[in-house]
Amino acid sequence: MIDFKIKGANLLIKKSSSLLLGPMSFELVNLSFMILLGQNGAGKTSLLRLLHGLDSPESGSLVWEPKIKVEDQSFVFQSPIILRRNVLENVFYPLILRGVSKSDAISIAKEWLEKIFLIQKAYEPALSLSGGERQRMVIARALISKPKILFLDEPTVNLDGESKLQIENLLKQALRDGTKIIMATHDLGQAKRLGEYILFLHNGKVVETTSVNSFFSEPQTDEALTFVRGGILR
Amino acid sequence: MSDLFQGFIQALMLIFTIDSDLYAISGRSLQVTMTATLIASVVGIPLGAWLAVSNFRLRNVLIICINALMGLPPVVVGLLVYLFLSKSGPFGVFNLLFTPSAMIIAQVIIILPIIASISHRTIRILWKEYRDFFISLNATRWQIILTLIKDSRRSLITAALAGFGRGIGEVGAIMIVGGNIDHATRVLTTAISLETSRGNFHLAMALGIVLIILSILINFLMHITVKSKYEQIDD
Repeated sequence: MIDFKIKGANLLIKKSSSLLLGPMSFELVNLSFMILLGQNGAGKTSLLRLLHGLDSPESGSLVWEPKIKVEDQSFVFQSPIILRRNVLENVFYPLILRGVSKSDAISIAKEWLEKIFLIQKAYEPALSLSGGERQRMVIARALISKPKILFLDEPTVNLDGESKLQIENLLKQALRDGTKIIMATHDLGQAKRLGEYILFLHNGKVVETTSVNSFFSEPQTDEALTFVRGGILR
Repeated sequence: MSDLFQGFIQALMLIFTIDSDLYAISGRSLQVTMTATLIASVVGIPLGAWLAVSNFRLRNVLIICINALMGLPPVVVGLLVYLFLSKSGPFGVFNLLFTPSAMIIAQVIIILPIIASISHRTIRILWKEYRDFFISLNATRWQIILTLIKDSRRSLITAALAGFGRGIGEVGAIMIVGGNIDHATRVLTTAISLETSRGNFHLAMALGIVLIILSILINFLMHITVKSKYEQIDD
């Protein structure tokens, strides 16, 4: 399992001159499962995209120590990006890009499809899968190349309880296999069940960074307290 | 109305009596236009994909130029190709004028902007959908283009068919560079033009019906081929 530190200093993201995120500074050290928590529009997706390198900051600096190559990271988007191919081809696609032979890629992908209970649908068009199945497929696709860091943007939003449970089990297994996870969610229950550390965001700013236990038992800010109690933040 | 009816009867007779001239002319039409479509697709589809995923200063200017070239008058293309291939032209040494090769060259010039433009628009839509995924995977430009072409294949077949449709019905350019020489460069459209000018309306109509049947048949076969191999629910 890799040890790492992420240090953000005076980060700022703008879109069409309106401020999306920041200014914010934080230091996150060697966390196994970090939750970016906040209500909709808090800036979770923007921060997640910034951490993965999908977007660049307007100003400020973001430093990973040690530097982790993009190839060693995976990202699961809130709306799954589905290739116009069958389920099996979708899952082995990252391996093909990394130069793995097609026959090896197929056998690895089939193992993953067994794990996520989609082997029966291996040769069906991926677009015919249900919401929960699609999300399981894209998580398998993200994990197939054994990333050191996995980013997830609200992976269980709009899913039923059973699908949510299956995905959470997949994430716990990934954690046991040595992948570190950074996940954005506004689901308090999920943050409690899975998270180790919480970075709480509100209006594009970091309000609180603390362990999951202390966040839920002793929130340090009014915003965190209101959010934990189920209130609506303005 | 009687010309239309008699043309239809004559078309059926020509087809079923296996008229050798008809089959030779139809075969030449297909050979010229299919070769031109193939060449234009091999160049135009990657060009469209490259334009869809690239960001450079003159990209929009290039796209506007390609779109404008879709409306290029075939007669002008024919004239230009004629001047380039004639004895006194820069490529006169190759002796291509009044050969099927000259007709293919003219058709490629006419078809290429159509295929490149439709490919660009089709692939651009998919690129916007896949973009973050490719960045996340650190995919190379070449890997991105190949993936987008593969995943847009059904729409790209439509682009190629649009090019084929334009080519098979084209008469102005191939008349100039082919010369409508019997048993050498005569194709369905130039034969229709000739028979109409001679007043043989029944024969012209019959050739027109054969042309329409061929065009529909090729479209049908292409769609069946692609659909049976990659049945998807994306459209």
